[in-house]
Amino acid sequence: MKVSVIRNVLEANDRLAQELKDRFAERGILALNLMSSPGAGKTSLLERTLADLKGEFKMAVIEGDLQTDNDARRVAATGAQAVQVNTEGGCHLDSSMIEDAIAVLDMAGLDILFIENVGNLVCPAEFNLGEDHKISILSVAEGDDKPEKYPLMFHLSSVMLLNKTDLLPYVDFSLEAASAHARKLNKDIEIFPVAARNGEGLTPWYDWLRKARAGKR
Amino acid sequence: MHEMSIAQSILDIIKQEMEKNDLTKLIKVKIKFGRLTNTVPEALETGFMALTIQTPLESAVFELEEIQARYKCFKCGKEFSPEGTNRLLVPCPFCGEDLGHEVLAGKELFIDYIEAE
Repeated sequence: MKVSVIRNVLEANDRLAQELKDRFAERGILALNLMSSPGAGKTSLLERTLADLKGEFKMAVIEGDLQTDNDARRVAATGAQAVQVNTEGGCHLDSSMIEDAIAVLDMAGLDILFIENVGNLVCPAEFNLGEDHKISILSVAEGDDKPEKYPLMFHLSSVMLLNKTDLLPYVDFSLEAASAHARKLNKDIEIFPVAARNGEGLTPWYDWLRKARAGKR
Repeated sequence: MHEMSIAQSILDIIKQEMEKNDLTKLIKVKIKFGRLTNTVPEALETGFMALTIQTPLESAVFELEEIQARYKCFKCGKEFSPEGTNRLLVPCPFCGEDLGHEVLAGKELFIDYIEAE
């Protein structure tokens, strides 16, 4: 017998993601899902953001990695709460991992929750985590055709941070080409060229965070 | 390895549907996936085989069908698909606009039907 199913394969993850989103909304927490390839500078960007905005916001980080707690320790050094999730080989975070992580987080008074996904331009895009926004980070050392090659992530992101602009003189990367590719996928995407290493260009990113956080109150 | 977790989700849904309909032997499962998802059909099939080996679902046929991307032009509003090309991003064939097309199809990933007895 033939049974018509028509069910979204990821419905279980999506359902839990919606529950998490509701929980974040109840507490007025801005939740952001940071995605990039390994080495694009997610952790460095977070370290700087956490240090620069610590007087303004109470922030916490969920760190996703295949192994080690190196990133959680780096982030915790800024004074922010950090929880490490090891996926033990898994290529992305899913909602159940976030549920486990927030069980050990002190959510009281939290303004912003950063979720640093596993370094990977492919898989994380498919799994909602209850975030308000997806943020893509692309470093100029990776090539300006990445949005075109890995479209889904950029299509779904509210913001694309073009990191390591301090390396621009040494690499063949066109900010214009990368931006044009991303806008083809998503005309409303906000694009901020930044250098987490020396802090250049971070003000528009911080202003975006302030605005997004204000929208949650 | 994200195909493995997708295969597991597929299997969970199939089991629910079979139980609901009092079915025990799976003959076929049909999955539809959009061109813009990052689904690798071979990897998904391998994942499904790995999860069902030596179970009552083992001999089922696993069929995948790709759904072509379909856009609505940001400027002229006409609909089009990037046909006959490997490129996902194409200018509107009617007015040439390059940016901001609305995605009408291509992001799906769902179980269409199962055949079982």
